[in-house]
Amino acid sequence: MSAVPVVLRALYEGERTMERKLLETAARDAAEHEVHHVAVDLARWSHEHAERLAEAAEPYGLRLPRSAEDPPATDDRGERAARALDDPRPGLSLLNDLRELHLAATGNSLDWEMLAQAAQAEKDTPLLDLATACHPQTLRQMRWTNTMIKTLSPQLLSRAGTPSPDA
Amino acid sequence: MRAEVDRIAEPWGERTPYGPGTPWPVRVDSYLEPGVTDGDVEAWVPTASVLHSNGDAMDVAVAGGRIVGVRGSARDRVNHGRLGPKDLFGWQANRSRDRLTTPLVRRDGRLEPCDWDTALGTIVDRSKDLVETYGPGSIGFYTSGQLFLEEYYTLAVIARAGIGTNHIDGNTRLCTATAAEALKETFGCDGQPASYADVDHADVIALFGHNMAETQPVLWMRVLDRLAGDEPPRLVCVDPRPTRVARHAAVHLAPRAGTNVALLNALLHEIIRMDRIDRAFVDAHTVGFDELAARVADCTPRWAAGICDVPAAAVTEAAEVLGDARRLLSTVLQGVYQSHQATAAAVQVNNLQLIRGMLGRPGCGVLQMNGQPSAQNTRECGADGDLPGFRNWENDAHVADLARVWNVEPTDIPSHTAPTPAMQIFRYAEQGSIRMLWISGTNPAVSLPELERVRGILRRDGLFTVVQDLYLTETARFADVVLPAATWAEKTGTFTNADRTVHLSERAVEPPGDARPDLDIWLEYARWMDFRDKDGRPLVGWHDPESAFEAWQECSRGRPCDYTGLTYDRLRATGGIQWPCTDEKPEGTDRLYTDGVSWAAPDACETYGRDLVTGASVSETEYRALNPHGRAVLKAAEYLPLHEATNDEYPLQLTTGRTLYHFHTRTKTGRSPQLRAAAPDVWVEISAAEARRHQVAEGDLVEVTSPRGSVRGRLRVTGIRDGMVFLPFHYGYWDTPGGAGPGEDGGRAANETTVTDWDPVSKQPLFKTAAARLTLIERGDGAVSPAPTTTASAPVDPAAAPPTTGGPAALARQSTGEPGGERS
Ligand code: SF4
Repeated sequence: MSAVPVVLRALYEGERTMERKLLETAARDAAEHEVHHVAVDLARWSHEHAERLAEAAEPYGLRLPRSAEDPPATDDRGERAARALDDPRPGLSLLNDLRELHLAATGNSLDWEMLAQAAQAEKDTPLLDLATACHPQTLRQMRWTNTMIKTLSPQLLSRAGTPSPDA
Repeated sequence: MRAEVDRIAEPWGERTPYGPGTPWPVRVDSYLEPGVTDGDVEAWVPTASVLHSNGDAMDVAVAGGRIVGVRGSARDRVNHGRLGPKDLFGWQANRSRDRLTTPLVRRDGRLEPCDWDTALGTIVDRSKDLVETYGPGSIGFYTSGQLFLEEYYTLAVIARAGIGTNHIDGNTRLCTATAAEALKETFGCDGQPASYADVDHADVIALFGHNMAETQPVLWMRVLDRLAGDEPPRLVCVDPRPTRVARHAAVHLAPRAGTNVALLNALLHEIIRMDRIDRAFVDAHTVGFDELAARVADCTPRWAAGICDVPAAAVTEAAEVLGDARRLLSTVLQGVYQSHQATAAAVQVNNLQLIRGMLGRPGCGVLQMNGQPSAQNTRECGADGDLPGFRNWENDAHVADLARVWNVEPTDIPSHTAPTPAMQIFRYAEQGSIRMLWISGTNPAVSLPELERVRGILRRDGLFTVVQDLYLTETARFADVVLPAATWAEKTGTFTNADRTVHLSERAVEPPGDARPDLDIWLEYARWMDFRDKDGRPLVGWHDPESAFEAWQECSRGRPCDYTGLTYDRLRATGGIQWPCTDEKPEGTDRLYTDGVSWAAPDACETYGRDLVTGASVSETEYRALNPHGRAVLKAAEYLPLHEATNDEYPLQLTTGRTLYHFHTRTKTGRSPQLRAAAPDVWVEISAAEARRHQVAEGDLVEVTSPRGSVRGRLRVTGIRDGMVFLPFHYGYWDTPGGAGPGEDGGRAANETTVTDWDPVSKQPLFKTAAARLTLIERGDGAVSPAPTTTASAPVDPAAAPPTTGGPAALARQSTGEPGGERS
């Protein structure tokens, strides 16, 4: 038996996590309007990916919960992921969120790559179609987080971002 | 032709019909203040309109050191003598008694008059301090779309190479950023493809979210004259309001707000399905057709009908008209630019032109319109989110070339990231990293979305604000330093309209009191700051408008917007000329892309593009692979649902917009008696069905509330689509007791209600996508809604309100005549 179900499950979990992280970022960084709005749009992609993965998993006898059964957990919205950039400056936590999102998307992208390769080896057309349809959107999530980090870092990390003494 | 017409009652004047391919007849419009005759006029000084983007050329009449009237320029290519109501009457604001005549500086919380040295000294001290302590990124500039080319260019040099900040943008971000971005995404570079002269040749004109009758009334006169002549063009109109354009349209589609991409994808779907494609053109001049076709493959009219709430048959009918066109001209404005998925939708209009092969020939092209008179210059001079001369900030060779022109090191020009767009500048100011904001010629306290938030930013202790304007605007009331500026007809400079026509506007009268031209203010600032180039010479080496213009010409040399063939003398002698204008092409250039796409090659392009949904940058490598030969890019986009959906609490879609009689935040048009009287106050528009549902009626005082705030106005019941409420955005507080914000009578500025959200591609804020509710405050009891009856705000019941007229005060002369028009 192929290891496809293992990858399907991992990717399914990855897309669910991505959706949740995007929505958490959108909620936490609501004052960062561009991040907020685009993150909500992009969460929809991950949501659809997970739905389609659940459907694709059925022929493999793998039952992955549909969203109606399992809405993304939102109880830890206030809490940020463990921080590589731990600093009280305003703005760093935003960069940190974007960094987390980028890494999560990168993991998913690699999983899509594996799935597509396995599908080709197995001549599994529906699975290959799925990867072909979804993987580009994961890449677009990666490019977006990368662009936002490139755009925001100069301001938030340079002297300009230092809090004023009186602030 | 009548000698005089009430141009408030008849904004477009009388018809001069003409047929396809024949010259648009001349009609000279003029207005002199009561008691003044032609004989009294001592000089006619050439200029063009600054109260919209059309660039109507005119002469200002001067007598006794005052402006006493205006006259359309018969010889000019843009207007053939015609003027719109704002052109005819708007100049009176120049001599309003509340002009600023001296600088003001805040002391103990109050703005007090001071001299120029004190004001400039305060600004210079703060600038130096901030650069020293927090670096150049702590200073931002927010300018206008209403100043002159020479001023923007000077400001761009000061900001980018003098201070070294990336934070410089114009309020053009609010109206024209999507036009620029859509052109860049498709053609690799900014630059309006079409020409107004295409109206003379088109057999179909498609207007997407473009209420041309009110935003560019003189261009609309050209369309009306074609409609009245032989072989009139057919119009396709996409607009949720019953505009004049809609009334003349062969097909009118009134979609739900925020669904333009769905509608356009369906139109593309139909055109591809019916095979109305110019294959040869597509093969020779574009890349990306297969992706586009795949993207719209499922976007049937039925599908779009469900999303847009328009009949599927009407979508098909529109596609047939577009598909049958032999000469198709498309125009786009705020209904697209200020709405959801702005750039994605505007780009689909480009795609429509391209797959139909309608480009670069008479009558064929796209006009991605501007809102403001000199928005084009903000873009090309680099006073907004672009480098000067449409250079690519991601292309090291372009940055090096700019550094050569300025004689600075390439590293002196910040180009490590995209220039900061206005909404992000305000975000940085809110979050504290921008500590000084210099606002010139614009009024964000009325024009930006979510005004309570904007006022909070302007009020911030940590933010030092300089406001340079003509009056004590709502924004100026929050300033730390206010600088009195000279305006149009009090200073000299050039500016460029939406179809690349450059006009010279000359000083006709002296500015009031100590007011100074914006150019002089910035030249003085540069001197005080002692900005130097790499050889120790002054960075800003010019001293007056003409020498600034010459400096700009060098910067534009060899670029798409090449000005090197122009001089002040030539512009004086001939009137408007379209760029590019070079020694080889001294007459200028009618339309771009007559011979293929010229600026999309990877080494030439202004941008490598962005993802139309996320706004993520496309890398140079990807662009090289996608478009190695520099063709037009057919970029596809999927439809996304609106960010702020309606619900039980906020059941209406809220859209804001403009009226013919006012411009922007009404600082000038609100000070012109005829214009002020024509549309004196804010109103609220809904449909008859919606009025019944809400149990309200014409003239009732109602309140429109969104999750951000509310506005009160008298109701006008119109033919707007059901489920939608419209608010004009011009009205603020300078002429109310509140002064800078809402008073006891509640909000008056539409932007109390709008949402902070912007298109991730063009970064243009979205003013047409909020959800709102409407409640009754007080029955009208015979009160009349202040909405004009002559325009899109006309009542469904003609008897509901007295017709908008201007009476004797609004009588303007009109006469047919020969082109040529004498000057004295
Ligand atoms: S009124 Fe609107 S379109 Fe016109 S200049 Fe202002 S923002 Fe732009």
